[in-house]
Order: sequence, then structure tokens, then C-alpha cells
Amino acid sequence: MASVSTMEASRAAAATETRRIPSDEELRAMTQDERVKALGMTTDQLHGRSMYVEFDPGETERFTYPWAPDVDFNKRTEIDTDDMTTTEVNRKIRELMQEGYGTIVLKNPRGKHSLGVGILNRLNLIIEGSCGYFAVGLIDGPNVRINGRVGWSCGENMLAGTVVIEKNAGSTFGAAIRGGDLVCKGSVGSRTGIDMKGGTIIVGGDTGALSGFMMQRGRMVVCGNAGKNLGDSMYDGTIYVGGNIRSLGVDAVEAELTDLDRKWLTRKLNQYGLLPDKGVDHFKKIVSGKQLWNYDNLEPTEKKLIL
Amino acid sequence: MCGIAGIIHRGKSANIGAQMTSMLQALKHRGPDSTGYAVYGAGNPEDYVMRLKIAEAQDLGRGSGVRDLLDARIEKIDAILEQHGAKVKSKERVRPYALRYVMAHEGDTAALAEHIEEVEGVEILSLGNSLELIKDLGDASVVAEAYGLQEFSGTHGIGHTRMATESDVDIKSAHPYWAFPYNDVSVVHNGQITNYWSLRRELERKGHRFQSNCDSELLAVYVAHGLANGVSLEDILRKSIEEIDGVFTYFVATKDQLGMAKDTMAAKPLVLYEGEDMIALASEEVAIRAILPQEIDTYDPYDEEVRVWQV
Repeated sequence: MASVSTMEASRAAAATETRRIPSDEELRAMTQDERVKALGMTTDQLHGRSMYVEFDPGETERFTYPWAPDVDFNKRTEIDTDDMTTTEVNRKIRELMQEGYGTIVLKNPRGKHSLGVGILNRLNLIIEGSCGYFAVGLIDGPNVRINGRVGWSCGENMLAGTVVIEKNAGSTFGAAIRGGDLVCKGSVGSRTGIDMKGGTIIVGGDTGALSGFMMQRGRMVVCGNAGKNLGDSMYDGTIYVGGNIRSLGVDAVEAELTDLDRKWLTRKLNQYGLLPDKGVDHFKKIVSGKQLWNYDNLEPTEKKLIL
Repeated sequence: MCGIAGIIHRGKSANIGAQMTSMLQALKHRGPDSTGYAVYGAGNPEDYVMRLKIAEAQDLGRGSGVRDLLDARIEKIDAILEQHGAKVKSKERVRPYALRYVMAHEGDTAALAEHIEEVEGVEILSLGNSLELIKDLGDASVVAEAYGLQEFSGTHGIGHTRMATESDVDIKSAHPYWAFPYNDVSVVHNGQITNYWSLRRELERKGHRFQSNCDSELLAVYVAHGLANGVSLEDILRKSIEEIDGVFTYFVATKDQLGMAKDTMAAKPLVLYEGEDMIALASEEVAIRAILPQEIDTYDPYDEEVRVWQV
């Protein structure tokens, strides 16, 4: 009996041990694998925590992840990605950031997928050419400029930073984006900003069908035309469209453009050199009609319990 | 998830065999089960090229009698050709189960094709003046090597790398599909067709033949049915978007045209490059970059988009 209770006690101690959030110093000293374990992200010990670190708005010092390497924007280097695999390129970017390089130029990407994903750091990333799918997804902080075109799901799930694409983009542009500015100066495909949860998506040209589908927060600006079912089933957030809208989706309604909207649009579009000559007065504002908000309704089984 | 690619040169020929191989090899990660080509050579208006398979690749492992069986099938085909008055100019057995005939023929090719397919296990992959349809298991480099496609001069072509999702991994379920019995018409497709069976039954009642249970074959038959009624390729493509349910992007090639259509949801990818003298289109940009290393402008066509290009 005694031995069993000792085992239980040690097990409980081990559990509390793994639940303790490590300090910044400890996190910094760890490898990425150890960090993932310490933050409880492995399948055998999921504690509902993630790598996401809440920053205190009142904080004066720490604006970056504890383990983020210190980089110097004036230190510049180039990577010729022609004969490298995606994994090799992304690993090389990490190594160069560790060495303190703050400006990295990728040459000859030739439509490679998943370039520059998961950068949780300050960085100037310049991609000279076109990318494939999932370019610079899951990023938190870097400023990215892509001189070519991007494929599907560019900037997917990005948390912060800026991404500017000079040419066109594929479908699901900025899927599930949570923060930052994602800008495409050309036209984008379908389902732009699907499931978007924050941040800003700006499109210089047109967007395809079902843009802003199930949008939850954030702002989307389309300077050109929008395809059918714009803002279908959107929960919240705002879509601004400069051109024609082929059709609005379920529960997406037009709202009045306020002075605050005009100011914000002018400032944002100016910032990326996309302000139309005729200003922003012609923009239409689309928001959720909130007719699908049924959060208070009970499920049939719940009703039975109460009545 | 499959990969499709197409290329069309305007007013000139190029080594489209090598170009299609580079594009399809770049799309291998979208489906490594089988690779197929429909390439259009300069052709000779007097001669017909016929590609056919007389068995599946895996049938060769079925024991000792199989070789004699295949030889017997070839004899039967030759007898039928003679019966219809077709003059065979060359006959090549590219693989033990794949043959290529070049022949002169005056009469009705549809009747000839139907007669040849009466031989058990035989499927005509393509018949026409310039179309050569090649499909086999393996990636693009394997198929190109086996069928000598590294050198093939032509004006346009379409191709496919397959990830089998709803039918078997064999040659009869591989793309492209020939629009039997219309000379020089072929189809490749990426997607799933959800009203396959109802449309198939409808087309079967109208007398069209299906060789496999692959939903993509339906598109080839659908195009064939439209052509039989004298509808233009562009109108067929437009109508297909209304009548066919599911998610799809597909290409149709004829002797001098290449067309594309995208479903109403734009759920399947396509990247398009339109240059002055050539047009390249593929599921992913990486395939176009495999043949055009220089900086180019590309874009994604939208939902319900239909385009047709002339050679």
C-alpha cells in the first residue's frame, strides 16, 4: 500500500512539474524541441497551452519571444534557393537569424512551396521571384516583401508583421490570419481571408468568390471587384470594396461608410501606395447582419432538461 | 488531389514531349500513381495514329499463358484492321501491353474503333491524325523513358499525374481520356464529380461507352456527346459548369485547340501564364517555372472561368 501511494505522489509531483511555465531565461537556454516539451505541446501531455505568448500592453521591455535571436537590420545576406529544398531554405533562414542577420534576400524561389514559414522574429525578408503554396505562413513579426506572385494560402495564420506582394496571389489568401498587414498589389483568387480572426488584408486588384467566408474579426480591403458570395456567413469584422460586388453571401449586409472608415482607409492605402486617385468615398462597407447569431439558443437536448 | 498541366504554342512547334515531362515531373508530389500525356504532333492528314493497350500492366504477372494471349489479341486487331481496309504503315509494340499503329484509312474510324474494342481486354487510348495519348503507371520520368517522350515535336499537349481517390490504380483509370470515338480529342481533370452516376446512366442510354469507373472519364464522354451534336468546344465547357456537380478543373484538347473550365466554387487550383507565343497552365506555379525560368506574370483563373486557345 505504501509503495502505491508513493508512486501516486511522485506522479502528481511530476505532473505539477511539467505544468510549471518556464522562465524566460530557461526558455532561452532550451532548444526548440525542449521548448515545445516544456510548453506542453507534445501529444502525450497537452495542457491546452501553445507557443503563443501573451504580451502585456504595459510592458516596456519585452516585445519579442524570449528565445528570439537579436538581429541587426543592417546586416544583409542572400540565399540562392535554386538547388535547395524548402526545408533547407527555411533552416538556413533560422541559422542566419541566429548569426544576427536582419535582412535576408531569397533568390530564384521558382514557385517553391512553404518558403519562410514560422518566422517568430523581427526580420526583413525579401523574396525575389514567385512562391508556391503557403508562403510565409504562421509568421509573427517579420516584414516580408515578395517581388513575384504567390500561390494558395499565403500568410496563412499569420500573427503579426507585414507582407507585401507585388504581383498576383492565389486562393485562400490570408486564411485564418490573426494580425498584421497582408497586402497583395495585384489580384487574388477565391476565398480570400477565409476564417480571418484579425489583422488587415489589402488587395489592390480583384478578389474571387466567397471572400471573407466565416470571417470573425479584422478588416479586408479590396480596391477592385469582388466575386460572388462576398462575406458569406461572416460573424464579425469589416470588408471594404472599391469596385463591384457580384453578390453578397448569406448574412452579409452593406453598412454606411463613416468618417472613421474613410480616415482609416486613406491612411492604410496610402501606406502601401494603393490609394485610388478618386479617394475612398466610393468604397462600400460590408459587415455581418448578425442574423445567424444564435449563441443564446439551446440545443434540443438542453431544452428537454430545462422544460 | 491530382496534378494537371497543359501547354500550347502559337504558330510553331516545339519539343512538347520534354516540356510536358518537366512540368509533370514538377507535379509528381500531387500524385505519383500514374502519369499520362496527350500530345499533338505535326501529324499527317492522310495517316491515322492509333495508340492502344491490350492488357493492364499487372496482367503480365498472371502466369505462362499470358504472352500467347496477348499475341492472339494483336492478331485479332490486325485481322479487324484488314477487314476494314486500313493499310498499316507501321506497328510498334512499345510495351508488352501497349501498341502504336500508323495507318491509312478511308472509311469510318468510329466503326473501326468500336470493332477493335470488341476484342477482349483491348482499349483504344487514342485515335486521330495528330493526337498521341500515352499513359502508364509511375512518374513522368518513368513514363517518358519507357515511351521515348523526351523528344516529341508538336504544337500542344495536356498531361496528368494521378493520385487515385475513387477508382483503381491501373492504366484504364489513368488520365488523359480520349473522347471516344472523336478523333484527336482528349481530356484531363483534377477534382471529384458528384453527380457521376446519374450523368453516366444518362450518357450510357444515349449509346456512349465507359471503360472504367473513374469519374474523369465522364468528362471525356460528355465532351464527345457535345461534339456529336455539333456544339462548339467553348459552349460545351460553359454548359458543363452548369450540368456537372462537384469540384473540378479540367482541360480539353482538340487538333488545334486547348480549352479549360473551372467549377463554380473554384475549389481546384490552376495557375495560368499567357505569353505572346505560348500559353502554359498547371495546377501549381512550380510546374510552369520548370519550363520558364525567367520572370513571368501568372494568375489564378476565377470560378466558372472558361478559356479556349487556338494553335
